[in-house]
Amino acid sequence: MGDHHHGPAKGLSRWLFTTNHKDIGTMYLWFSFSMFLLGGFFAMVIRAELFQPGMQLVEPAFFNQMTTMHGLVMVFGAIMPAFVGLANWLIPMMIGAPDMALPRMNNWSFWILPPAFLLLASTLFMEGGAPAFGWTFYAPLSTTYAPPSVTYFIFCIHILGLSSIMGSINIIATVMNMRAPGMTYMKMPLFVWTWLITAFLLVAVMPVLAGAVTMMLMDVHFGTSFFSAAGGGDPVLFQHIFWFFGHPEVYIIILPAFGVVSQIIPAFSRKPLFGYDSMVYATAAIAFLSFIVWAHHMYTVGMPIAGELFFMYATMLIAVPTGVKVFNWITTMWRGALSFETPMLFAIGFLVLFTIGGFTGLMLAIAPADFQYHDSYFVVAHFHYVMVAGAVFSMTAAVYFWLPKWCGKMYNEAMGKTHFWISFIGFNLAFFPQHFVGLAGMPRRIPDYALQFADFNMMSSIGAFIYGASQIMFLYNVIATIVSGKPVSDEKVWDGAEGLEWTLPTPAPYHTFETPPKIDPVHAHS
Amino acid sequence: MCFKAKRLLRLAPAPVLMFLSAAALAAGGEVNQMNMSPGVTELGGEIYNLHMLILWICVVIGAGVFGVMFYSIIYHRKSRGVTPATFHESTKVEILWTVVPFLILIGMAFPATSTLLELYDTEDADLDILVTGYQWKWKYEYINEEGENISFFSNLRTDQSEIYNTAEKGEHYLLEVDQPLVLPAGKKVRFLVTANDVIHSWWVPELAVKKDAIPGFINETWARTTEQGIYRGQCAELCGKDHGFMPIVVNVVSEEEYGEWMATKQAEAAEISELMAQTFSMDELMERGKGVYSRSCLACHGPNGEGGVGTAIAGSPVATGEVDAHLDVGINGVPGTAMQAFGGQLNDVDMAAVITYQRNAFGNNMGDMVQPIDVYNHKKG
Repeated sequence: MGDHHHGPAKGLSRWLFTTNHKDIGTMYLWFSFSMFLLGGFFAMVIRAELFQPGMQLVEPAFFNQMTTMHGLVMVFGAIMPAFVGLANWLIPMMIGAPDMALPRMNNWSFWILPPAFLLLASTLFMEGGAPAFGWTFYAPLSTTYAPPSVTYFIFCIHILGLSSIMGSINIIATVMNMRAPGMTYMKMPLFVWTWLITAFLLVAVMPVLAGAVTMMLMDVHFGTSFFSAAGGGDPVLFQHIFWFFGHPEVYIIILPAFGVVSQIIPAFSRKPLFGYDSMVYATAAIAFLSFIVWAHHMYTVGMPIAGELFFMYATMLIAVPTGVKVFNWITTMWRGALSFETPMLFAIGFLVLFTIGGFTGLMLAIAPADFQYHDSYFVVAHFHYVMVAGAVFSMTAAVYFWLPKWCGKMYNEAMGKTHFWISFIGFNLAFFPQHFVGLAGMPRRIPDYALQFADFNMMSSIGAFIYGASQIMFLYNVIATIVSGKPVSDEKVWDGAEGLEWTLPTPAPYHTFETPPKIDPVHAHS
Repeated sequence: MCFKAKRLLRLAPAPVLMFLSAAALAAGGEVNQMNMSPGVTELGGEIYNLHMLILWICVVIGAGVFGVMFYSIIYHRKSRGVTPATFHESTKVEILWTVVPFLILIGMAFPATSTLLELYDTEDADLDILVTGYQWKWKYEYINEEGENISFFSNLRTDQSEIYNTAEKGEHYLLEVDQPLVLPAGKKVRFLVTANDVIHSWWVPELAVKKDAIPGFINETWARTTEQGIYRGQCAELCGKDHGFMPIVVNVVSEEEYGEWMATKQAEAAEISELMAQTFSMDELMERGKGVYSRSCLACHGPNGEGGVGTAIAGSPVATGEVDAHLDVGINGVPGTAMQAFGGQLNDVDMAAVITYQRNAFGNNMGDMVQPIDVYNHKKG
């Protein structure tokens, strides 16, 4: 151990100038949690307005701003940065690297995020209000008919894209170049695999999104007509470009979640992950398919029948690799020795609810039936089952699972379990009835609804309030752990946990694996 | 479905159970309806059957998968003192659970494909109707082979007082319009769907029709209703502020009634062209103008002309300035803003009335009148 290794700098400069993957990971995680609370607050406004029929709290125009900002903040501010934070903390520790490959760029890719979201949030106070065209911002509602704040929105999307691209390049460079000797690709933990594939998806599609918003900018300010039929353009072109980004985007969100669950389920089943190889191949297959299914979001735009059929068949195929993953997780649990600490509860919650979201996804893939489901609350229910119960539940599981390793203290287990059960009940109460109202004919993104939908909407709002409130308990538990949790010194923390990060001291020191570890061939992957 | 059974369904504890029992609730538009409606078209029935087929396949697979999982959760607990097994792969099983789902998917693809082909078959229609989405209303134009085309706008009829909770909400709150679309039962109707401003989507669940209305494109879809009745739907694609307030009401009537209705509509159109040649008094114009204002202007310019999405009309330089410039804004709109060109939406009588109204209401006191002939002349340039 040489003295040339510094500990963290003192004060604010530690955070501003840090190139340490753990500090940057921490900042990403706190930032994403604060965005989660902000986006959650917007959701509470939406559900409060929808608590009963009639306009009570907000005006329709503001309601649209809320649905738009909720989507944007949750997708780009909460979920994506949360997984990048997790990648920062864990990938170097899992592959036996001392840090990320490009530490200065790492600092930069985080620090451009807060100003971008400040800019986005500030549009709420601008004349004409915040973007109100939905997080999918279909033209020409988002161009010719948009509020002036659309320009700020476009700039914000550019910065976010930049941040994501830099983050992904960093992850790819780290995984390809900095694995400890003996850590071959097929020995990497599944979390590293899923992130590697996710990073490739990001590098491929974020520039497409940047292209889409740049064309919008040209249409709004420079007299072009990319998306305006009156000038010879094509509004449907926007949707093709958007979803060419947008569909891989949903896998960008869910693949790291798959990775997290693939670490946690074996740990609490005390049994190695079943079908490691097929997990890797299934992830790659899903990533490939994600590029050729985008127009299943657009079955009703009037595509030719051949296109419609192609996208239907391709979309149905996704069920195969996704099924493989679910079967593998369940077989991992089969004949294990299961225990149900908070991370495992959230992982099982993920497994059950994500599978339900997968089933409704399969239903949505069936084009003729989708003509009834499309743009209804059935879709809202579907994607919240995969986004919230999928991505957010797995993220929550990850925090409980690795928090003791990060800070050397144990969270309050009873409170963690309570958090799970309240979340689980609140979530299902909020989103299950949305399947019903959707099938019964309630369109999405409406601030007021017909009387026959009233009971289920009230149920949904109550569930949403419960789910929202339970996150305060989560925040409290995490802070209480960091401030005054019971110290843990055991390297493994969990008796069933496998992987290089669990060979490090607890809490993980500021610098780890300055000399590469020896890879134990038996426990290469978990 | 009897009342008691419905209550039971509502009280069923497990949501999944509710989802399944929902299959029993068929007819559309019911309170607390939980499932897709098979609707009143043959195609809608097929789509419903396809939906139920896939739902059941998912339920069966789900029951198997979750069954195995819960078996593990109960019997393979550490607290029962079990020793964990160590197996972690089995090529046979893995191939099996790749191939079997693939075969199930192929099984699903057949009915899905045939239903989709039918859905796309818009040939040989008995009647063509052009449906145009506007912010925030629908325009229906009957394309008649003989005689003139009939067209009209269909606006939300629910009063603002119901929406803002100062009056009790009616039975068809938010799902009622001033003029419904009228269709003859048993006829194949082809809808040509387009939009004037942003993208909308024309959705009537019981007709099993949803098609995006896209400016610059004309999409086609169709329906052949088997039962007479009133069917309600809404715009399904976010189209701005009042996206939630542009319902669709379809009145399916017998062929006879349809013929009578069409004759009345044609007579009305003739009457309007007669009115265009007349001169109206201030009172007549103001009264007519008030109605037109509340249907066509109020959503953006506010009930008292105070503005909103649109600029204020009370004391505005346009409404208190030159008549010609005012007419120009009304007829041609303001390019690049949400102010549409109303020249094609309002007939000359209504346009004259609403311009007069705007110039003499909300404290504007110009005292001048616009007659239909003025509108006509302005349009001619």
